[in-house]
Amino acid sequence: MTKWHDYLKNKGTPPVWPYPIRYEEEQEIDVDVLIIGGGIAGCWAAISAARNGVSVALVEKGDAIRSGAGGPGCDHWCNVPANPHSKVDPDEWAKLMTEKPGIMGPLLKEPVKYSYANGIGNQIQCREDYDTLLEMEQMGGKIRDTDDEYLGAEGRYDDTKFMFSPRYSPNHATEVVIRIWGTTFKPALKKECKRLGVKIFDRVMVTSLLTEGGLQGAKVVGATGLNSRTGEFMIFKSKTAVLATAGNYSLYMLNTELSGYNTFRSRNMTGDGVAMAWKAGAELTLMERTGILMLGTGYKHTWYGGAGDASYENIEIVDANGKKLPWPVQGWPDGGAMRPGPEEMEKIIKGVQTGEYALPFYGDFPGMPEIERNVTWKLMLGQESTTKNITNTYEKAGFNPDKHLLQNYNLIEGTSPPQWRNAGGGGPIVDWDLMSTLDGLYIAGEQTYSAGDHSYAASTGRYAGRKAAAHARQLGEQKISRDQITLEKARVYAPVKRTDGIDWKELHAGVARAMQMFCAEYKTESLLNMGLQTLQDIQENHVPRLYALDPHKLMRSIEDLSLLTHGQIILNASLARRASSDLLGFHRIDYPEIDPPEWGKFITVKLENDKVKEGSVPLHYWGNMKENYEARNKDYQGVYQGK
Amino acid sequence: MAKDKVYALYNITTPSSPVVFNEDICDGCNTCVEVCQVDVFIPNPEKGKPPIILHPDECWYGGCCVNDCPNKGAISFNWPVQQRAYWKDKATGKVYRA
Repeated sequence: MTKWHDYLKNKGTPPVWPYPIRYEEEQEIDVDVLIIGGGIAGCWAAISAARNGVSVALVEKGDAIRSGAGGPGCDHWCNVPANPHSKVDPDEWAKLMTEKPGIMGPLLKEPVKYSYANGIGNQIQCREDYDTLLEMEQMGGKIRDTDDEYLGAEGRYDDTKFMFSPRYSPNHATEVVIRIWGTTFKPALKKECKRLGVKIFDRVMVTSLLTEGGLQGAKVVGATGLNSRTGEFMIFKSKTAVLATAGNYSLYMLNTELSGYNTFRSRNMTGDGVAMAWKAGAELTLMERTGILMLGTGYKHTWYGGAGDASYENIEIVDANGKKLPWPVQGWPDGGAMRPGPEEMEKIIKGVQTGEYALPFYGDFPGMPEIERNVTWKLMLGQESTTKNITNTYEKAGFNPDKHLLQNYNLIEGTSPPQWRNAGGGGPIVDWDLMSTLDGLYIAGEQTYSAGDHSYAASTGRYAGRKAAAHARQLGEQKISRDQITLEKARVYAPVKRTDGIDWKELHAGVARAMQMFCAEYKTESLLNMGLQTLQDIQENHVPRLYALDPHKLMRSIEDLSLLTHGQIILNASLARRASSDLLGFHRIDYPEIDPPEWGKFITVKLENDKVKEGSVPLHYWGNMKENYEARNKDYQGVYQGK
Repeated sequence: MAKDKVYALYNITTPSSPVVFNEDICDGCNTCVEVCQVDVFIPNPEKGKPPIILHPDECWYGGCCVNDCPNKGAISFNWPVQQRAYWKDKATGKVYRA
């Protein structure tokens, strides 16, 4: 009797809402540093701020024990050039990542023409993520093969018991990616937050930033929140804040229900961070960048759907007759390359069309050396993100990697239509302290523009927490504006005051449709303007009909308003970039020239007196990465030595 | 055939049961309710009973509910039909599907 309708049938009545209802009731919290978002970056920011001796509140929409993209697990600690086996210099590697962005970037032969990477974030990651990893171990995270389970695996160093991934390391040339037992990380981070006295507010969505005098562009002095179980209103007063929210994977999706299409991130990730930063007046960049969502056949999404994916290292891909394909093994010979190059891919497609290669393709697990098979199947897939259930399900159904080939879905699953896009490559412009253009508002993890992966989130979170704490120590009590709170409460509770109209799913689909039609493959000034007009129409005529029956649906409704704002930001940023760019997945029909030199810059948008203001910042505005990092981190203590 | 009362219900959402509880093993500790990122579950009003699946349509198959369950076998994954995966026996060539 665990389905809702079974309960109804058995009891003759639906279950009563299990949590107390506290609509409009207020709880006020006063701390030095407020952390918005309790994923990997947020937890690290909270720990780092607390270790720097300030009071900290951590606010998380789910439960910090497993929330965020890296909450369930992770198998790669990427780009850790300061590790003892590394063969590259951390500063050189940071420079390389910045000149050659993207998943296979450092292996590219030539730097890309215009790199929109985040040099500040990359430098922080390369300098500090090894220290971060050692601190993870102090807290109880497993980062080495201490149980000697994988003796003899290639890339395992017997002295440190670190296990290296072939990623970016053709024939061990670099040794910059360490395999980790990431399912142990998130509970350890939450435990450390608790031990340090961080006040944790789970199941609270932050709905807006509070600014000095309630003014756009002024210093950030706190935030408001909504408890998604009780409906209680939260007021956080703080000296500084770290925005550690996530991207947005459902803005372009009409339907949130068919798993496998957009489950790369949970529905919780709805662009709240950029929406609140925008309204507060922060300058945002790269908001025009959107990419096509990957489809997911097999279990979940494409990366974990079959061999040839992120964790599937050292596996040969073969056709339906067992013939080897010109596909990288994602191993030591090819430096962990996940995909064939364009020429190889063309050869494969041609081969399929002419009958040389038979579909579907398979990952040849039985063909691997036993130890490498164990590493890939048990360690990598056992630890990565959400894949443990996938391997468990396979095994329960009878799959045995010693004997069985795992199906690959390339070519047979097709690709997403160009209207199905993710949105999350942009964010606030940051300085060398990771502070946005708003005084007191720091940015970390996926919320920074051009963000990296798990270790990037961890190390930038740790850095932003440290800087936010240092700034907070210089400041006295902050004053929040009651008027701003009153307005926000009216916005947040409007949907529960109605009992009819449209629900959150309908509004979501309405916003998504507008984005699909007016800001996808075909972009022109008039289409983009039609998009803005449609969102304006939704805001004026349909948002006032939005209703919510309980606190959970209220949260989803307020998320829709974030989606709507996020859509408006993307449309405005798209109007501001009057050029096309392959690297940004951005093509204007009315400005077809690809990457003209005068547009090789960060385009920015922000609100000033509620009017959109365009601007630009030069690429590499961060200057000399090594020198500027060092100048601002003379007091950096390295690995935590405290109790 | 027993004549159960038939209710007029909405169409059942798809997917309707991302997980299946074993009521003999589950002791209603609600660990799954707490570790779920998106509140798929609510606690059962009856103490000691498995949670109720309230928002199955929001499940992102993160898997923490199953991984972190302290009572082995109390909760297992139930993948939607369109997501079920394939593999092949290398020796016999026979194709299987979970």
